[in-house]
Amino acid sequence: MSALAPPRTASTAATGSPSEPAPVRSGITVPAWVWAIPPVVLLALAVLYPLGSVISESFTGPDGGFSTRPYVDVLSSTRFRTALTTTVLIAVGSTVGCLVLGLVLALIIAFVPFPGSGSAGRFIDTYLSFPSFLITLALLFVYGTVGMANGMWTDLTGADSGPFTFLSTPWGVILAEVTFFTPFVLRPLLAAFAQIDTAQLEAASSLGARPARVVRSVILPEALPALVAGGALVLVLCLNEFAIVLFTGAKDVVTLPMLVYSSAILEADYTTACVVATINATLSIGLYLLYRSLTSRLGAPTDGGRRARP
Amino acid sequence: MLVHDRLTRRAIQALFALLFLPLFALPLGVIVAASFSTGWSGALPSGPTLDNYAVAFGPQTLEALRVSVVTALVASVCALVIGTWAALSAASMGPKGRRIMDALFMLPVAVPTVVVGLALLVAFSRPPVLLNGTHTIVFLAHTVLVTAFAYQSVSAALTRLDPVYGQVAASLGARPARTLFLVRLPLLLPSLGAATGLCFALSMGELSATMMLYPPDWTPLPVRIFAATDRGALFTGSAFAVVLMATTLLVMFALSLVRTRAGHR
Repeated sequence: MSALAPPRTASTAATGSPSEPAPVRSGITVPAWVWAIPPVVLLALAVLYPLGSVISESFTGPDGGFSTRPYVDVLSSTRFRTALTTTVLIAVGSTVGCLVLGLVLALIIAFVPFPGSGSAGRFIDTYLSFPSFLITLALLFVYGTVGMANGMWTDLTGADSGPFTFLSTPWGVILAEVTFFTPFVLRPLLAAFAQIDTAQLEAASSLGARPARVVRSVILPEALPALVAGGALVLVLCLNEFAIVLFTGAKDVVTLPMLVYSSAILEADYTTACVVATINATLSIGLYLLYRSLTSRLGAPTDGGRRARP
Repeated sequence: MLVHDRLTRRAIQALFALLFLPLFALPLGVIVAASFSTGWSGALPSGPTLDNYAVAFGPQTLEALRVSVVTALVASVCALVIGTWAALSAASMGPKGRRIMDALFMLPVAVPTVVVGLALLVAFSRPPVLLNGTHTIVFLAHTVLVTAFAYQSVSAALTRLDPVYGQVAASLGARPARTLFLVRLPLLLPSLGAATGLCFALSMGELSATMMLYPPDWTPLPVRIFAATDRGALFTGSAFAVVLMATTLLVMFALSLVRTRAGHR
């Protein structure tokens, strides 16, 4: 860019001392894309080639030739269908939970601030640097069979066991995912709220709008892009989450990533694992592309994401 | 200030505390408290002990911690070099080229981490390259996963960077390489520090891809934490987790010191 339109200082400097040559770049100049070759080659070797191997393995029949048989087998198995339903239900449930919770928390932090609300926001941010399975580990102590909540219940009522058994059900996974992924909604929302002119809010309330109406007709329309982008990102992350599900140790909560792991590592059935992996990856890449196009179209900050994390 | 009524404001703040404390403050506190206990079947943990830490600082766990730190350092440095290089070359391309680079380098974020692990395992268990069972495959997996985030943070920092400095340097006759190393990279230094911290933290906590391909002689700490909790040793597992969190925070803190120093220059 700068080579095409040299700043004015360059020409004045050159005319000021005509004896010196104008500062033009000398030597061989290469087009910009040439510099991109080394990292792209590395990426192709470390990411594209492996993903290609997964796809080719997923189309390999028992005789080693090309076959769609693995797909027919996997798609017709109840194990895969159950896993797909579980994955989608958990992901959608967690996303809705994250959106509701993130919106409520962001509204309070941004518009009903109190001493310490800012550091609460920053505290949630540090969450992003911890691994997700720590949440499940903590929940085991709080709601596990011998955990805090059940222990208090049995102490109070004298019963043999407590009522909290949801941890090994999809609800336990949803609770952990909502806790871990809410910051991904909260961050872009807080950024969007910071852009809102408080004069607008004052004007709306001075004209007699109640807080609920101000939120609905002034704040929410401004926050919609951030909300949609955050939701799409959380949906992708939930579809891909493995560690949280692994740590719950529930035998009957099998999501697609879990199915990939158990087929490949526990059963050494790599073809099935590759089929499930291809389907899972296609699903999440599709959603991720949707997220990217939403963020660029709605003008939300694309770095509101997993890392635009800290 | 949206709510002017004092009572309502109190009620809303109570709601915040009600949501925030159990959901976000409790889990971390619970892990720390559990790591000093032997049982937890009431409101408070019981049997205060330091035994969990005796195990956590035993030879096996220290070795796992060393494996994690070495893996995270190698992966972060590789990711930083590749990610910065890619981001710099993407920034000098047109919008179309930049979109292609974005799509390529953000691909590992969209693909489930378990699938990244499986892909490396499948691809490098067959000729021409055999890496299955080596330490290299763990380094490779972590590098692949964190490069996307290094690329993303450096790209974001580059768009915020004022192009005038580079232009002035170029107008004064500095070659592109000189502009890069003496002007643009030093200006990027704080963001590079932040990106390194991010990559390090991510790699330290990586479990999904690692579970797919770690060899028995290169077991990172998260795998040990899973192994402990899987066999029911929850309290020992939490001591491991505290060690993991403390190490991560310590390194990130050290990196933030470098960052503020760079910022003051």
